[in-house]
Amino acid sequence: MKAVVSTGLPTALTQHQRRPIKGVPPKTWIIVLAVLAAALVAVFMLIDLRGNIGYILPRRAIKVGSMILVAYAVGVSTVLFQTVTSNRILTPSIMGFDALYMLIQTGLTFAIGGQALLTMGAPARFVIEVALMVAFSFLLYRWLFTGGGKSLHLMLLVGIVFGTMFRGISSLLQRLIDPSEFIILQDLFFASFNNVDGLLLLVSALAVAAVSVLAWRMRHQLDVLSLGRETAMNLGVDHKRSVISVLIICSVLVAVSTALVGPITFFGLLVASLAYQLCSHFRHTSVLAIAVLLGIIALVGGQLVLEQVFAFDTALSIVIEFVGGIVFIALLLKGKVK
Amino acid sequence: MIHVSGVSKRYGTQTVVDDVSCYIKDGGITSIIGPNGAGKSTLLSMMSRLLDMDAGSVTIDGLDVNDTPGRELARKMAILRQDNQLTVRLTVRDLVGFGRFPHHGGRPRIEDKAYIDQALDYLDLGALADKFVDELSGGQRQRAFIAMVLAQDTDYLLLDEPLNNLDMKHAVEMMRLLRRLTDELGKTVVLVIHDINFASCYSDNIVAMREGRLVHQGAPAQIMQPEVLRDVYEIDIRIEEIEGNRIGVYFA
Ligand SMILES: Nc1ncnc2c1ncn2[C@@H]1O[C@H](COP(=O)(O)OP(=O)(O)OP(=O)(O)O)[C@@H](O)[C@H]1O
Ligand SMILES: [Mg+2]
Repeated sequence: MKAVVSTGLPTALTQHQRRPIKGVPPKTWIIVLAVLAAALVAVFMLIDLRGNIGYILPRRAIKVGSMILVAYAVGVSTVLFQTVTSNRILTPSIMGFDALYMLIQTGLTFAIGGQALLTMGAPARFVIEVALMVAFSFLLYRWLFTGGGKSLHLMLLVGIVFGTMFRGISSLLQRLIDPSEFIILQDLFFASFNNVDGLLLLVSALAVAAVSVLAWRMRHQLDVLSLGRETAMNLGVDHKRSVISVLIICSVLVAVSTALVGPITFFGLLVASLAYQLCSHFRHTSVLAIAVLLGIIALVGGQLVLEQVFAFDTALSIVIEFVGGIVFIALLLKGKVK
Repeated sequence: MIHVSGVSKRYGTQTVVDDVSCYIKDGGITSIIGPNGAGKSTLLSMMSRLLDMDAGSVTIDGLDVNDTPGRELARKMAILRQDNQLTVRLTVRDLVGFGRFPHHGGRPRIEDKAYIDQALDYLDLGALADKFVDELSGGQRQRAFIAMVLAQDTDYLLLDEPLNNLDMKHAVEMMRLLRRLTDELGKTVVLVIHDINFASCYSDNIVAMREGRLVHQGAPAQIMQPEVLRDVYEIDIRIEEIEGNRIGVYFA
């Protein structure tokens, strides 16, 4: 409408004003963090490189590759989830998503037997699990997020109840499973970066790439969604559809990270909270990039320190969970719960 | 025009909007008045498809709000809610810029900037444009959200208590601005307002609600009557005519 523009009001006031530089712009953070992450990856690959290089390098590549993929999956799923639920405290893992994935793994072992699963191979098993994961999270969680107006307390409660229930059913099924099959399952649950299957990593990467395309196409809508459900609807975003897309994206990403390293509850919260702090102008492309890079730095850097300095490597998840747990409590106490 | 027909909303056993029908013609300001809890915000939310209705239908310019694509509606109608909060860190200019989203879908064009500057200017936000929304006072924040809705540049504006938190100067400027938008640009404004005197001086049409029902509707002169207002608010309000406007006196 031309008339609005031509009513002849003084617009000089609002033009040619420099945006004050408030802290460090997100772009700078991204560059700094990317350089740091790349350096850590390089060190991780090349440090102490002795003996059979042809054997060690591919193994390390798989290890570092799975760390990057986990950092990506956890960072992206947490930020997207928090955007569509308009909160900064709940994450997919707090809502019981990875407990659900473990229940699916257990249920599948229970239903068709551990031997059958082993012969099926990691990729095929993973594909079935992801499909089940998407279907169940859609059935179980959709009602909670599409309506709007649900309080954070209710969602937190539902998350805790769901998580406890999924874990309870899992342990019940595990007790019913044949002990020899249970060992197979244990290998799945206590997965660590040290024993990731190369083929599984490839399939996971493909799954992540597929949902990333979906997320990338939604990036502008996501920025609008971060203004809250009603404002986003006013601006013409189909809220219900976006929430369902994000739910699907999150299910796949949680499945990937849980399949690769098992459940990690507070890691996503940790990187997402830090990313919001660093990002002075909120845009999903910036926040997501920062969250993922922080995740890579935390995982690769942490693993490096633990392996090189302390010479043991199973404790990384404990350290991350500890720090993440403290952040969770701090956020709760800061009164961000409305 | 906006056509509301037989709209109802229930929460459990409580009916908060009860079979409301009204017809709002194009151009002009319609004020919705009524006591707290009368269902004004609920009605406005249903008119703007933010809330599903249990019965009835609303059409805007012939488009049914419940089955018209969101983006198409967003270019026709903008809604300001009663309370607006942000969880993300944005500057005023960024926030106002989001008002252009229905038009450019995430890829701002040059002409969008003119609308943003215009909206900032309308709401006297020039000096605050680069401040972060979470660092503003309540009234400044309210103005920032109104500016976003104006930048949307729609023919229909639904505003839920736009004068919330505004000081006298900005409240008067806001009402004058709405008057100008309707008179000069032919926009249709529906607003919820508690100050009956603003409603009286600036609107073309007043709709009064009580306990979920539309109880009175008419020109300011018809609604600004002691018996009508007593029926709506259950208090005695004296009406004085000052400079051709009917003013309710209810302070003593
Ligand atoms: N989500 C909800 N669940 C249950 N009851 C609700 C809900 N939202 C609103 N109500 C009830 O509906 C009634 C109308 O609310 P509404 O917000 O429309 O009032 P209002 O006229 O806008 O009041 P105010 O002037 O205070 O803004 C109130 O009694 C309120 O308690
Ligand atoms: Mg209200």
